[in-house]
Amino acid sequence: MEIFGIPTQALFGQLLIGLINGSFYALLSLGLAVIFGLLNIINFTHGAQYMMGAFCAYFLLAWLGVGYWWALAIVPLVVGALGIVIERLMLSRLYKLDHLYGLLLTFGLALIIQGVFRQQYGTSGIPYTMPAELSGGRNLGFMFLPNYRAWVIVASLVVCLATWFVIEKTKLGSYLRAATENPQLVQAFGVNVPRMITLTYGFGVALAAFAGVMAGPIYQVNPLMGADLIIVVFAVVVIGGMGSILGSIITGFALGLIEGLTKVFYPEASNTVIFIIMAIVLMIKPAGLFGTQR
Amino acid sequence: MSAVPGLAGAARANGHAHQRAVFLGMLAFFIVAPFVAYPIFLMKVMCFALFACAFNLLIGYAGLVSFGHAMFLGTAGYASAHAAKVWGFTPELAILFGTACAALLGLVTGLLAIRRQGIYFAMITLALAQMVYFFYLQAPFTGGEDGIQAVPRGKLFGLIDLSSQWAMYALVFAVFSGGFLLIHRAVHSPFGQVLKAIRENESRALSLGYDINRYKLLAYLMSATLAGLAGATKALVFELASLTDVHWTMSGEVVLMVLLGGLGTVFGPVVGALIIVAMENYLAQLGSWVTVTQGVIFVICVLTFRRGVVGELARVIGKPL
Repeated sequence: MEIFGIPTQALFGQLLIGLINGSFYALLSLGLAVIFGLLNIINFTHGAQYMMGAFCAYFLLAWLGVGYWWALAIVPLVVGALGIVIERLMLSRLYKLDHLYGLLLTFGLALIIQGVFRQQYGTSGIPYTMPAELSGGRNLGFMFLPNYRAWVIVASLVVCLATWFVIEKTKLGSYLRAATENPQLVQAFGVNVPRMITLTYGFGVALAAFAGVMAGPIYQVNPLMGADLIIVVFAVVVIGGMGSILGSIITGFALGLIEGLTKVFYPEASNTVIFIIMAIVLMIKPAGLFGTQR
Repeated sequence: MSAVPGLAGAARANGHAHQRAVFLGMLAFFIVAPFVAYPIFLMKVMCFALFACAFNLLIGYAGLVSFGHAMFLGTAGYASAHAAKVWGFTPELAILFGTACAALLGLVTGLLAIRRQGIYFAMITLALAQMVYFFYLQAPFTGGEDGIQAVPRGKLFGLIDLSSQWAMYALVFAVFSGGFLLIHRAVHSPFGQVLKAIRENESRALSLGYDINRYKLLAYLMSATLAGLAGATKALVFELASLTDVHWTMSGEVVLMVLLGGLGTVFGPVVGALIIVAMENYLAQLGSWVTVTQGVIFVICVLTFRRGVVGELARVIGKPL
């Protein structure tokens, strides 16, 4: 069976890879958007924290024998806690300054973290064994679907939508949105805004770590796994605009799919297609597809 | 970007006499230094110093932080190396061609990037630079991971053989001091004053009738061109153009040089480049610890040392440097 001269197996295979990549784009850009909303900081350390998530899961398995499912719960807490330490010790000193200092600080932190891990583990990846429950796959007739990949797509969709629900539909979320809009006023109403900022940063980092754990079995655990990814995610964020939570989720998945399609039809451009889309979006709608100019 | 410290007085007219003295001191340093230190090292310092000055023009005077400046350094490097090696251009033409290519890239990316400001500007330039990186990674003429090696230095104007270390040093010195003076001239021209006005208060500059996007684009273009000049010269010095110069780590490095030397100061980028290049030279065998050290310097600078070396010095002596 062929579509546009491409065998369907290859087409759907690439689309699946695209969806997987999209899941990670969505999770990471969601974390960036949540952090940016409240802290006005672009978290350059996000890629390093994603990598730390994967390594943390690997350490749990290799040193303590703690498996994938527990890692999925423990790792975001651990890495999120580390993020909170960073926020309290460093980022919180910069809120009164130009936001670019936050970018520079988190860039420096990313260099430190990636450098230390690279010194220790080199640049070749370490494989992380897939949990036994999710190995294997099923034949859907038109393509073969590995169980683990299906799980990644479903899990990240659920986490993204849950985050969207909490922020847009609950009382906690309404505080968060209000603090994004006007922190002084919210503080005057008796909400502890600094603590909210700290926890928000921790949550955004935890999302990155969660993505890292899920990435372990697909890509290998590698000190530089987050370094190039984060730049693509930045482009995703620029395309989607930071205004909307749902927007960053949709943009993430959609761009993953487009990237997958590019791999089928014009593989030479698959590395750059997201950046090209970014350039086009900037020409047509500079604020991003879902964003508002601010 | 009003939060950059110590900028407001950076260009008061009364500061010029001692700035001239410091400038002459800097020239004297680079004239004497090759008798003491390794000339290749000093040429590298001057190339990076010019690169950092070009970057500083953008961040210090236009308030725009580019996280993709490596694309200009690398593009010019590849273009001049290709021109010198494959097309047999003489060195001055190869450098001009490389610089022109960087300027063209600056025009294209600038038109896109200046549509957003602040953090978005940084992210967009980073993403565009990454796109350029992937292009060079795949393009056949760049030699992929190997880069363009054994680039001939050639004969300047067909007369002076640059394979002599001294002739090359003189050329790099001329390029560096010329670029430095050009930036100085631009900053103190009416054009530079308008840039500063835009940086301090964009809406007011707009309401005074300045076409702010055109000024920003011009500043960006000039910064890209001079970064390209540095990259083209560097390719001839090392007889090599490689992917290192287009990678995002290089974009981060130039930010670090300027931050460490002093954002928006006249001599800060040169000092920052000297320190960072020296550090890399001495720590080269330590592998990834170089990256870690750079990260630590970033963190320290941002948290406690935002004026940078030269900015702090200027504060101590009470005069802009």
